[in-house]
Amino acid sequence: MTMNTQGRPTDAGSAGVSSTDTFTGNRGLQIEEALLFEVGRTDVTGVDLDEPEAFAPRLGKLARKSAIDLPGLSEPEAMRHYVRLSQKNYAIDSGLYPLGSCTMKHNPRLNEKVARLGGFGDIHPLQPLSTVSGAVDLMAELGRWLIEMTGMTSVALSPKAGAHGELCGMMAIKAAILARGEPRDIVLVPESAHGTNPATAALIGFKVVTVPARPDGTVDPAAVKALLSPQVAAIMLTNPNTCGLFERDVVEIAAAVHAAGAYFYCDGANFNAIVGKAKVGELGVDAMHINLHKTFSTPHGGGGPGAGPVVFSSRLAAFAPLPFIRIEADGPVLVEDETAVTDGEQPFGRMVAFHGQMGMFVRALSYMLSHGADGLQQASEDAVLNANYVRAGLRDVMSQPSGDRTCMHEVLFDDHFLDGTGVTTLDFAKAMIDEGYHPMTMYFPLVVHGAMLIEPTESESKASLDLFIATLRHLVQRAKAGDVERFREAPRFAPRRRLDETRAARAPKLKWERPQAFDQAAE
Amino acid sequence: MRYLPHSEADREAMLATIGVGSIDDLFSDIPANLRVHGLDLPRAAGELSVERTLGRLAAKNVPASSVPFFVGAGAYKHHVPATVDHLIQRSEFLTSYTPYQPEITQGTLQYLFEFQTQVAHLTGMEVANASMYDGSTATAEAVLMAHRVTRRKKAVLSGGLHPHYRAVVETTSAMASDTVEALPADPGATEDILARIDADTSCVVVQSPSVYGHLIDLAPIAARAHEVGALLVAVVTEVVSLGLVESPGAQGADIVVGEGQSIGNALSFGGPYVGLFAARAKHVRQMPGRLCGETVDAEGRRGFVLTLSTREQHIRRDKATSNICTNSGLCALAFTIHMTLLGETGLVRLARINHANAVKLAESIGEVSGVTLLNDSFFNEFTLRLPANAADIVEKLAAKGILGGVPVSRLEPGNADLANLLLVASTEVNTDEDRAAFVAALKEVLA
Amino acid sequence: MATYFTKDHEWVRVDGDIATVGISDYAQSQLGDVVYVELPEIGKQLAKGDEAAVVESVKAASEVFAPISGIVEGINAGLVDQPAKINEAPEGEGWFLKLIIADKGELVGLMDETAYKAFLETL
Repeated sequence: MTMNTQGRPTDAGSAGVSSTDTFTGNRGLQIEEALLFEVGRTDVTGVDLDEPEAFAPRLGKLARKSAIDLPGLSEPEAMRHYVRLSQKNYAIDSGLYPLGSCTMKHNPRLNEKVARLGGFGDIHPLQPLSTVSGAVDLMAELGRWLIEMTGMTSVALSPKAGAHGELCGMMAIKAAILARGEPRDIVLVPESAHGTNPATAALIGFKVVTVPARPDGTVDPAAVKALLSPQVAAIMLTNPNTCGLFERDVVEIAAAVHAAGAYFYCDGANFNAIVGKAKVGELGVDAMHINLHKTFSTPHGGGGPGAGPVVFSSRLAAFAPLPFIRIEADGPVLVEDETAVTDGEQPFGRMVAFHGQMGMFVRALSYMLSHGADGLQQASEDAVLNANYVRAGLRDVMSQPSGDRTCMHEVLFDDHFLDGTGVTTLDFAKAMIDEGYHPMTMYFPLVVHGAMLIEPTESESKASLDLFIATLRHLVQRAKAGDVERFREAPRFAPRRRLDETRAARAPKLKWERPQAFDQAAE
Repeated sequence: MRYLPHSEADREAMLATIGVGSIDDLFSDIPANLRVHGLDLPRAAGELSVERTLGRLAAKNVPASSVPFFVGAGAYKHHVPATVDHLIQRSEFLTSYTPYQPEITQGTLQYLFEFQTQVAHLTGMEVANASMYDGSTATAEAVLMAHRVTRRKKAVLSGGLHPHYRAVVETTSAMASDTVEALPADPGATEDILARIDADTSCVVVQSPSVYGHLIDLAPIAARAHEVGALLVAVVTEVVSLGLVESPGAQGADIVVGEGQSIGNALSFGGPYVGLFAARAKHVRQMPGRLCGETVDAEGRRGFVLTLSTREQHIRRDKATSNICTNSGLCALAFTIHMTLLGETGLVRLARINHANAVKLAESIGEVSGVTLLNDSFFNEFTLRLPANAADIVEKLAAKGILGGVPVSRLEPGNADLANLLLVASTEVNTDEDRAAFVAALKEVLA
Repeated sequence: MATYFTKDHEWVRVDGDIATVGISDYAQSQLGDVVYVELPEIGKQLAKGDEAAVVESVKAASEVFAPISGIVEGINAGLVDQPAKINEAPEGEGWFLKLIIADKGELVGLMDETAYKAFLETL
């Protein structure tokens, strides 16, 4: 290994040594930031704490015997470290974020403010219930809104994210089937489904059988009927589906599923398209999770936290897990354990410690109250309007897998329009980065070759969409004009060029390792 | 509506461009008889109005900071530096998605890499993931992972495991037709868990400090588990304890899961929190959740990506190691910023203050007649046996403006033997005055 | 030594009672850079169609099925540290495992190289 005088390896991956042409490696406002473990020191702290007076410890034999190796930074150093890191991120607040299926809409700061009120942010899940009645009221109110919007019977608030909500819904279905004493172990999942659907079903012992999609990605009731049997426990269907289309035959599918004695689980990831326009309870759905971080705009935070409350039909309502809110004459009651369960309630168990994502409940309710019934409906309409406006702006230059037709909140293109250009879906997406946009969802849904799924959300103005459309039109034109290098080299202006994912996966380096000291390395 | 940019004229123009006459034409796939015309909910409200409505609800609750506060049992009141909350609210962190496009999400990816390293060091393990929902779901996932690694189906749970965690594991296991042997509640730390580990055991799940506050010597449990080819899953619900207590990794744990709320995150009535998940490197491909790894970009510059994704649901679908997708990114960020501000020096000092405050409190409460301390060892929480029903006492203390702990019956209802037990936690937020007020009030309500 | 192919893009090369199994050049090109391989234990009994190994690229994970029944007699352990061999020489140094053939009759349903090439044309 080649060594520099500090005893650190000088391979291309080391901090501060790169092919960039500045001394620091910085490029103007793009400032490189070393790892915490390279700049922090274990004897530095950014928190002033006084040593306690001498006391007799009660740790038994288990006092820590070795150092931990946790570097610290002073407050100004920490501030700079994290601000510099933040500047390497794309965000909704800085630009259009058209990730299909992910619903990157504006995150109102009022929601952040109210979630931090002491009466919400600074209360303990196990302090006496007499001291948190406002929290229980808030959960009950959130539940009321979710039930009214979906036309369902009850709600389980505790699941921590969408996939966790799916697990909750499928567990309720399993509990209902066990209560009926039936040996149903098959779950039908369309091939266009989110990967979480089959993963969830498999996690609790269901066998997954794939339902083929029609060419436009929708589910054919005949295909479902052909697979229904006394072994089938449920179907998991996303509606609007992952191609951005409303499943027109959903009522027929639901009726067939029910007639076969099975349940209808709806993946609610795309609920934001139909709030105030259709109630899933009237479509025959038995359980649906609602991603509060999508439809109700609790921030995505770089990958969570989410929240995935599940609404149930009367067929499944009794099986909702602990804890749940029961509405009594005197007001809402938090039912935390089996001893408080009354007749007719058959909770299948518990999904989480405590009561769920209270911080997200506050933000979501703040969003709902702000919109009101009229605003929620308008938001759905604007989301669908915006997706169709993008479709209209691009339909003559990009290709749609099932022809030009009205979509819901997201519009799906395939890579047919790139045929013969030498540009792939991935290249096209990376070129969008150079133009200042986060790419759309790529290669999903799996049923469409080279899929590009665009969800602009209702937060974008007409002017914003016009520029986005013009940009994509320009890129299509450059691809067709043979300007392949622009795409293959992209991104060129981001904090990093394309990253070597093969290298990362072949020899995983999942934490910082102290560089070998010079004398050891030289041996 | 202040969040929606379109004017009516914009909407008209856009509909015309699309080539439809009205917005309803875009919803024509929804059968007409299923269309909803109005929800039975209030109309839109301005910011001031919403703030008032929610402020009224918040005002009905008693915030931890407003009273002498000794409630723990898996969630802890700690001081979080102002810097933490400022930084996590930066737009680029708060309003970014999962880092699927690494070129423009290096900020998230680098802090996840730093977070993984901090968690690995703290727990004494070789690898850690980019976070789980919380400690309880991380524990259930750890059991499933142990089943995959050992190809066995039976988990043995210590009676010192948080009862909610136990319930989450039991629920998942029942649904997956796996076996759980849960030992009875163990407030005195007297159970003989070694005797329960056999050749069918996939893993033994032990919490230290236990929910009753006892520090558990994990080494002999690890040794016994390894003798029969089982794994030790160690659970930590008060991560500050790791500043003073030997790490689970050093004691032989194979998987360490924990609740990271104590560092950087608010109590928030139970969520969102951040689950910690660490393991031995040889088992990395059986781990659930996202993993961030180091690599280089096309110019040879160091960068980070999500890696080993083939374990995950979006690729493996029904064969994935877990169904988890969204995790707890922003809470992990709060954790890692607070931990960076503390550094080793600060964390160890914070832990010492917590321990010192708890020791002082235990000594003071020892003066109260009829009250017995059940713990020989503890960190910042311990169990008291009261001469009366603990839930009643807690209510009486609350009426006096003191939140005095968690009655064990809240977590283990219906068990008369546990009805008089009270879990009491003390952290750096407690002052001498808080302690004195608590002891005085306890004397009064027991008198 | 005759080489046969399956519709799932495994190949099997027969030498006496021993069959060597791997994935085809077409399969490796579809997967992209292989980053991980999981091989069976020696002595494992495989029925035709059983999952024999796992091969992963950055974005895809695939099972390798046993093209015929048999007992695992040997594995190409070097692949674990050098999965790139599967991309470089899929039908040579990138072999996965050797089986003691249980029933040579099972080879009848497989394709020879010419038939496999014709099959690839139809994809």
